[in-house]
Amino acid sequence: MLRFILNPYILKRLVSAVPVLLGISVIVFAIMALIPGDPATAILGSYATPENVAALNEDLGLDKPLVQQYFIWLGNMLQGDFGRSFALNRPVLDEVLERFNATLILAGTSFVLCSILGIIAGVVSAANQYGWADKAITFVVLLGISIPSFFLGMMMILTFAVNLRWFPASGMWPIYGSRDIWALIDHLAMPALALSVVATGVIARLSRSAMLEVLRQDFIRTARAKGVHERGVVWRHALRAAMVSIIPVLGVQAGFVLSGAVYIEVVFQWPGLGRMLVDAILRRDILLVQGGVVFVAACYVFFNIVVDVAQSYLDPRIKT
Amino acid sequence: MSFLSLLARNRLALAGLIVIGLVVLLALLTPWLPLKPPNVTDTSNRFQPIFSDGALLGTDHLGRDLLSRLMWGTRLSLAVGFAAALVAATLGAAIGIVAGYYGGRTDNIIMRGVDMLMAFPYILLALAIVAALGPGLLNALIAVAAVNIPFFARNIRGITVGIAHKEFVDAARLSGMSNTRIILSEILPNVIPVIVIAMSTTVGWMILETAGLSFLGLGSQPPVADLGSMLGEARSALITNPHTSVVPGVMILIIVMAINLLGDGVRDALDPRLKSGALNRPLPATMVARDHQPAPAQAEGILTLSDLQTQFHVKNKVYRAVGGVSLSVKPGECLGIIGESGSGKSVTALSVMGLVASPPGVIAGGSVRYQDQELIGAPYGTLRSLRGREVAYIFQDPLATLHPLYRVGDQLIEAIKCHRPIGRADGRRKAIELLEAVRIPNASARVDDYPHEMSGGMRQRIGIAMALANDPEVIIADEPTTALDVTVQAQVLSLLDDLRRERGLAIVFITHDFGVVAQLCDRVAVMYAGRIVEEGATRAILDAPRHPYTARLMACVPELGGGKRRLEAIPGLPPVVSDLPEGCAFAERCTRVRGDCRKGEIPLENGVRCLHPVTYQEAPA
Repeated sequence: MLRFILNPYILKRLVSAVPVLLGISVIVFAIMALIPGDPATAILGSYATPENVAALNEDLGLDKPLVQQYFIWLGNMLQGDFGRSFALNRPVLDEVLERFNATLILAGTSFVLCSILGIIAGVVSAANQYGWADKAITFVVLLGISIPSFFLGMMMILTFAVNLRWFPASGMWPIYGSRDIWALIDHLAMPALALSVVATGVIARLSRSAMLEVLRQDFIRTARAKGVHERGVVWRHALRAAMVSIIPVLGVQAGFVLSGAVYIEVVFQWPGLGRMLVDAILRRDILLVQGGVVFVAACYVFFNIVVDVAQSYLDPRIKT
Repeated sequence: MSFLSLLARNRLALAGLIVIGLVVLLALLTPWLPLKPPNVTDTSNRFQPIFSDGALLGTDHLGRDLLSRLMWGTRLSLAVGFAAALVAATLGAAIGIVAGYYGGRTDNIIMRGVDMLMAFPYILLALAIVAALGPGLLNALIAVAAVNIPFFARNIRGITVGIAHKEFVDAARLSGMSNTRIILSEILPNVIPVIVIAMSTTVGWMILETAGLSFLGLGSQPPVADLGSMLGEARSALITNPHTSVVPGVMILIIVMAINLLGDGVRDALDPRLKSGALNRPLPATMVARDHQPAPAQAEGILTLSDLQTQFHVKNKVYRAVGGVSLSVKPGECLGIIGESGSGKSVTALSVMGLVASPPGVIAGGSVRYQDQELIGAPYGTLRSLRGREVAYIFQDPLATLHPLYRVGDQLIEAIKCHRPIGRADGRRKAIELLEAVRIPNASARVDDYPHEMSGGMRQRIGIAMALANDPEVIIADEPTTALDVTVQAQVLSLLDDLRRERGLAIVFITHDFGVVAQLCDRVAVMYAGRIVEEGATRAILDAPRHPYTARLMACVPELGGGKRRLEAIPGLPPVVSDLPEGCAFAERCTRVRGDCRKGEIPLENGVRCLHPVTYQEAPA
C-alpha cells in the first residue's frame, strides 16, 4: 500500500490536488461571504435583540476580518470540525458523513451502470455505423440527454411504482421489514437508473466517436491482416485503444452523477447529501451548505485522481 | 451560404430548427394569444383533466389554466435559458480572449482559476451560488451562467491563442493599433463563430439546469412559474393527477431535444472530418462490386491477380487507384512492385485480402486467386481464415501499425491464436522463438515490451515476426523498410531474403526504391497511375529499362561511385486517377511522346506498356 502511494506518478497527482482543494475552499468561503445580510440574524430570526445578534456573531467568529475567518474555518475543517448545523443542532460532519453514505450508494451504482451501458452502446453504435442499431441507439441517446432526470424519475415512479407496482416509489429502506441487500436493491433500482440516463447518453456518444476514430487507424488494419475476428477487432483492439479517451470522460461524468444526484434524491426521497443541501439552502443553514459542498468537491477531486491513476495503468505510454 | 445548405441537408437538424422556431414563436406571441391569465386561481375547478371544457390542457392544483401557464412558463424558461447562455458566453469569451491574447502570467492566473471552478461538480457550484444569493429566478440565472463561464473561457482561450500568433495580428500590432482595438477588430470577428457554436450546443443544458433549480424550489418563486417550478409544484399530485406533471415535463423535453438536434446538426455541418468521410468505419473486408465474375485465371503461381480494379468512391468522384492489374508470384519467388507514391501499388497489395479501407474503397473488377481459391467476393469467414495464416502482411511504419497498448509478445500470441488454439506457456515460448527468428537480441525479455519501448528497426522486425507467426505461404510486404535508416534496412532485407530461402516463401515486395528491388527481387513490376507499365526479370529491367517512365525513374536514383551523372527529376506530376487521360497516362510527362500515344488503349506487350519503348542501342534518357 505504501509503495503504491509512493509511486512517483501517484504522489505527484496527490500533491497537485492540494492547491485545487485550497482553491475550492476559497471559492466556497468567498461565495458564502457574499451572502447579503447577517447570518446571525438569519439564525436567530427577526425578533432577535441586537445584543443577541452581536453575541452570536462573536460566538461564530463573524466579527473578525474575512481573511482571519477563512483561516479559522479552514483550520477547523482540517481538524475535522466543520461547525454545527443550527437547524439540526448536530455537528455538520456527522450529518454530512451519514448522508454521504446514501449518496455514495446511489451515485456509485449509477456510475457503474452508466459506464457499462454507455460504453457498450457506443461500441455497438460505432461497429454498426449507419446501421439500424446505430440509428436506434443514437435516437435513444438523444432522448436520454434531452430528458430532465427529475421528470424521468417522476414518470418512472408513475409507471413502475404506481401502475405496475414493481418497485417502491421512494426511500432507501422499507418502513417495516428487514434492511437487507435485497431491500436496498429494490429501492435503489429506479433512482440509480434514472440518475444514470444522462451520463449514459454522454458516455455513449463519446465512446462512439472515440471508436470511430480508432477504427480507422493503422493498427486496426494490422489486426485484420493477422486474421483477428471482427469481434476481436472491435472489442479487443479498438475498444482498448479508445478507452484512453473514454476514461477521462468517465471522470467528468462521475462529477455529473454525483451532483445530478440532487434531483434524483429529491424525487425519490433518497436520504442523501443532495437533498440535505437543498433543504439546508431553503433553511439557510449556511454551515451545513458550506461543509457539504466542500466535502463533495473534495471527493470529486479525489475521484479525479483515481481516474488519472487508472489512466496511467491503462496507457503504458504515460508513465515514461 | 453553404453552411445553411449543409444544415438543411441534415433532416433531423432541420426538424429541430423548425420545432424550436415554432416554440420560440409561440412564446413570443404568448401575451397576445387568447389565453386565460396564468396566475388566477379558481379552486372550484382544481385538477380539471386534459381536453376539459374551457381548459384544453386541464387545470392545476389551484385551478389555474395549464395551457396558459405552460405558454407563460415556456416563455420564461426560454428567456432565462437564452439569457444565461448569453451571459455565460459573453463573460466566458471575454475571459478567454484576454487570457489567450495576453498569454504569459495573465493567462496562467486566469486559467488556474478556471480550472479550479471546473474542479467543482457543476450543479453543486450552482447550488452554492443560489445558497448565497437566496432562491429566485434571477439568482438561478446568475448561478447557471456562472457555472458555464469556465467552459466558454476555456474553449475561446484555445481559439484565441491560435489566432493571436497569426500574421494579420502581428501586422496590426506593428501598425501601432492598441490591444483593445486589435481584440475588437481582429480577434473578436474570428472567434464569434466558435462562440455561436458553443452556445448552440450548451443552451439546451442551460435550459435544463435552470428548470432543475426551479424544480428544487430554488428558481422562480410562486405564483410566477417557469417549466421547472410547474413540474416541482405538480410533483405532490403526481399520483392523483399525473397530467399536471406530464404537461410541463414534455414541454421541457421537446425544447431541449429540438435544441440538441439543432446543435448536433450545426456541429456536424462544421466538422470537416465528417464531410471528408474521415469518420467512416471501415468494414471488415473491402466492398466488392463487380459487374461480372471473370473467368478463372490459369493459376500459374501461388497468388495470381488478374485485371484487378480497385476504386475509391468519394462523393461523386471515382478514383481508379488500381486500373486492371495482373500479377503472379510463385513459391520461393520474390516479386517487386515499384512506383511513386499514389501509383496504386499499396492499394493493389491491400486488395488481395480485402484490407482496403471501405468505404470509400470498392473492388470493382478482376480476380485474385490464392492457390485454387478465388478471394474477391469470398465470404468474410474464408477471407479471415486465410489472413495471416496463408497470406500475411508486413506494413510500413510499425509504430502506427502495432497496437500501442499491448505488449509485443501478446500481439504475436494473438496472431497465432486467431488460427489455432495455443496455451499461455506454449504461446509465450512460440513468441520468443519468433523474436529470435527475426534476430531480436534478448528475446525472452523483449517479449514483454510495449512497441513504444523499442527502436524503429526492432519494431519492424516485430512486424515481420508477426507475419511469420503462422508460417504463411505468401508474405506481402508494403514498404517495410521505408521508415528505417540504411543499415537497419539492409539487415531487414537480408532477413527477409533468408526467410524466403529457408521457408520457400513467396514474397510480394512493394517499394519505391530500386536499390531494394535489385537486392531482393527476382522479378519486378513497375506501376504508374494504377497500372503496370513494365514487367520482367529484375536484372533485365535494371540493365535495359524499356518504358520511358522506368528509365526516368531509375535516372532519379543516385548511384554510389556512379560519377557525376545528372540526377533528373521527372517534370510534372502523376495524373489524378479520378480523371485519367485517354491513351498512355505518362504521355504528359514523356519526352518520347508522339500523337498515337494519346489514343485508345495501349496494351502490355512483351512486358512493356508503350508504343515507342526505349530501344537497346540507346542510352537510357
